[in-house]
Amino acid sequence: MARVLGTSIKRREDPALITGRGKYTDDLQAAGMAHAAIVRSPYAHARIRGIDTSAAEALPGVLAVLTARDVAAAGIPGVVPVGWLLPDLKTPAHPMIAADTVRHVGDAVAVVVAEDRYLARDAAERVAVDYEPLDAVADVVAALEDGAPAVHEDAPGNVAFDWEIGDRESVDAAFASAAHTVELDLRNNRLIPHAIEPRAVLASYDSSTGEMTIHMTSQNPHVHRLLMTLASLGMPEHKVRIVAPEVGGGFGSKIHHYADEAIVGLCSMKLDRPVKWTATRTETNLTDAHGRDHSTHCELALDADGRITGLRVDTAAAMGAYLSTFAPAVPTYLYGTLMSGQYDIPAIHCHVTGVFTHTAPVDAYRGAGRPEATYVVERLMHLAGEATGLGPVEVRRRNFVPPDAFPYQTQVALAYDSGNYGPAMDRALEMIGYDDLKTEQASRRGNGGKLIGIGFSSYIEACGLAPSAVVGSLGAQAGQWESADVRVHPTASVTVYTGSSSHGQGHETTFSQIVADKLGIDPEAVEVIHGDTDLVQFGMGTYGSRSAAVGGSAIVKSVEKIIEKGKKIAAHLLEASAEDLEYEDGSFRVAGSPDRALALGDVALQAYLAHNYPDDLEPGLSATSFYDPANFTYPFGTHVCVVEVDTETGSIELLRYAAVDDVGNVINPMIVDGQLHGGLAQGIGQALWENAVYDDSGQLVSGSLMDYAVPKIHNLIPFELDRTTTPCPHNPLGVKGVGEAGAIASPAAVVNAVVDALAPFGISHIDMPLTPEKVWRAVNS
Amino acid sequence: MTVSIQLEVNGKPVQAAVEPRRLLVHFLREDLGLTGANIGCETSLCGACTVLVDGDAVKSCTMLAAQADGASVTTIEGLAQNGDLHPLQEGFWEKHGLQCGYCTPGMILSANYLLAQNPSPSDEEIREGLKGNICRCTGYHNIVEAVKYAAERMS
Ligand code: FES
Ligand code: FES
Repeated sequence: MARVLGTSIKRREDPALITGRGKYTDDLQAAGMAHAAIVRSPYAHARIRGIDTSAAEALPGVLAVLTARDVAAAGIPGVVPVGWLLPDLKTPAHPMIAADTVRHVGDAVAVVVAEDRYLARDAAERVAVDYEPLDAVADVVAALEDGAPAVHEDAPGNVAFDWEIGDRESVDAAFASAAHTVELDLRNNRLIPHAIEPRAVLASYDSSTGEMTIHMTSQNPHVHRLLMTLASLGMPEHKVRIVAPEVGGGFGSKIHHYADEAIVGLCSMKLDRPVKWTATRTETNLTDAHGRDHSTHCELALDADGRITGLRVDTAAAMGAYLSTFAPAVPTYLYGTLMSGQYDIPAIHCHVTGVFTHTAPVDAYRGAGRPEATYVVERLMHLAGEATGLGPVEVRRRNFVPPDAFPYQTQVALAYDSGNYGPAMDRALEMIGYDDLKTEQASRRGNGGKLIGIGFSSYIEACGLAPSAVVGSLGAQAGQWESADVRVHPTASVTVYTGSSSHGQGHETTFSQIVADKLGIDPEAVEVIHGDTDLVQFGMGTYGSRSAAVGGSAIVKSVEKIIEKGKKIAAHLLEASAEDLEYEDGSFRVAGSPDRALALGDVALQAYLAHNYPDDLEPGLSATSFYDPANFTYPFGTHVCVVEVDTETGSIELLRYAAVDDVGNVINPMIVDGQLHGGLAQGIGQALWENAVYDDSGQLVSGSLMDYAVPKIHNLIPFELDRTTTPCPHNPLGVKGVGEAGAIASPAAVVNAVVDALAPFGISHIDMPLTPEKVWRAVNS
Repeated sequence: MTVSIQLEVNGKPVQAAVEPRRLLVHFLREDLGLTGANIGCETSLCGACTVLVDGDAVKSCTMLAAQADGASVTTIEGLAQNGDLHPLQEGFWEKHGLQCGYCTPGMILSANYLLAQNPSPSDEEIREGLKGNICRCTGYHNIVEAVKYAAERMS
């Protein structure tokens, strides 16, 4: 049997997708299907004086127009809940449909259902809403100022929470005795996820059975079912089936439970027929949870040798108008806890204020808190390299957690299980040809032409939140395990039911490789089922780069149970003792007598026939596992970006991007590289082009692809990738996760490169995105 | 009110009566069931809906079905011949040029147009030629590789 783990097997998902046969939610049709269009607030903040639906209702083909009144009349809970509670968190209600006040542009005020997609839109235009516009505040800093318009009456000062981690006093002491200090005020720009498939839902309620099937754009169908039934529609969980068909990207935006999907569910219940809704690009951009949006002051203290003695961070993090599903966790437990980066820092304090604003909610977007933390730490490290005179490489090396210090307990709760940071830096320097680049940089500085800059980012990531008891104690209203049901059929082919549902990552291919490797069978003999609450036992879904580490480990656990059971069956058939059996390359063998062996198929068949079978064993050959990891996993790496900056125009050209990542063992290198590429594009996009801009009245002025610059193919360059391998010590595959690494590391690498290029101008910081205008202004001020 | 149109879609004649305002992409997806062309922005900015109209790459969200009267339209469903994948389809599969696949039909058809104009493009020409198509998943690195693979196979 050829090795299958660590091999770039082509993806089994692709044949359907490259021929147009893959079915995304909007591709689905149901008999009798109607179409919904949602009427949304054009104001960031307004009181609803009244809604006149008569003109819409009068249009032939319109089936229903529902408002908050109908939600109330339906006697359902009708809210969109938050799934992570912090101490003293303010949790103002988020109604499915706004009743008397709207709090961001795009807030739903009514829904129209009609026979046809076009008609539904026509009718939505005819819903007349009488608004009394109120003052709004969209900016995270302005929202904290005295007298700022209140987003919620029950959240004074627009503060959703006030959170801290670390030890303030020891940090103060470190600064008091520091030889060098550096500090920075920075903004982490608000991003719009832009999965190319907009959010969509097809809800089909059947009153004869009381059952509802919802096909929707979901990264975690079971989580959606739970929140949808419990908090929004008030249906029994077992009467609702949620299916995620092909999902066209998510990057976090399809984790969360939104009002819209619940509204469409209600429409279907009211009309007793299938109803479909697909967001337009503008709608999805107005209502998908956005990412980032921090304002931060941060400072680093170092001793005379350039060793870090203290780190102080104070952040205001936007929550938007309502608390989205996991929003409170993102700038706290996924941010403050990452502040040690790759470094041995003896004193850290991080304070975060969660802030309501009249904008779309902010929640997990690729990286979720970890890119923001990496940006703080790695920007400061760049400045520390300058302040100490050590430069960006040596200041990092000097402070890396040494390889013999693992497991390493940080000052901000996390305990890094394993790591070896130096080799990734070494390799990155070698790939990029650092010394030659330095020489070229120096010679260009003398010439008055375009400048080049070299930027580093040595990042740490924490993937696969765990274990459940710990995240529960931190406020999660969900477990963080994953499940796998592995069934060996009588003919020895295998079906895996995994709770980890894919939206482009290639789980079917990767998971089939895991089973094939562990059972010594052909990957083609393994089917992988996911994304359907009726088929799959409960599962947590795909986010936080958890699928291989947590979902994959659950599969291994089930395979191990199957092998154990198989040994008992084989021992019975071979008249041997189960303890003497080994399983290798698809056969059960008696140790020491190689001719006494049975193939997996012989054992599987007997497991189902149960004719010649151990008395104390149940028939069948399948196993279910719920795997709860012992800890997070901690991927790391060093990225180097090289840019050329034209100081005449402020424009930036990417010249090189080298990334050395350590994601532990790799199951499918091709897929792993692809994940890195995608993350890099998003992180580089954040650094250079992407920005969700609200004006002072709370209008989203970069809500379309005309104004919001998602990276295009000609903006980017080929990426140079390599790996080091430090396996995760606490999961059975030694894998760590790779989905977010690119987006976590790259913003700091790019900004550090640009600032490095502009060092002759004394520029120490420019806020993202680094538009030519900002660069030009910095150079000319 | 409807207008009647006659066109060829993936080599087969099609006749239909459509609302004048009906977009070609909705006509293909909903009336003909050809859901390969996807809608990512409905504003001609993402390219997910790209099809070939008389050989030109066209964003079908910005063309009316009525405007396609008399035209020959090729969608992703019409690209494979006699069950054999088109070299571009092979290239995207071979080189991991897709992840979620949502942009892929449009990307492949734009690349098809590019290769018809320029059978052996440089990396830079590929990046220039596909700039009307957005992919949020792949970072484009492997899309360039996929198109190069196809160009080699087709030459
Ligand atoms: S859907 Fe047509 S270009 Fe985006
Ligand atoms: S593969 Fe997902 S948008 Fe391109």
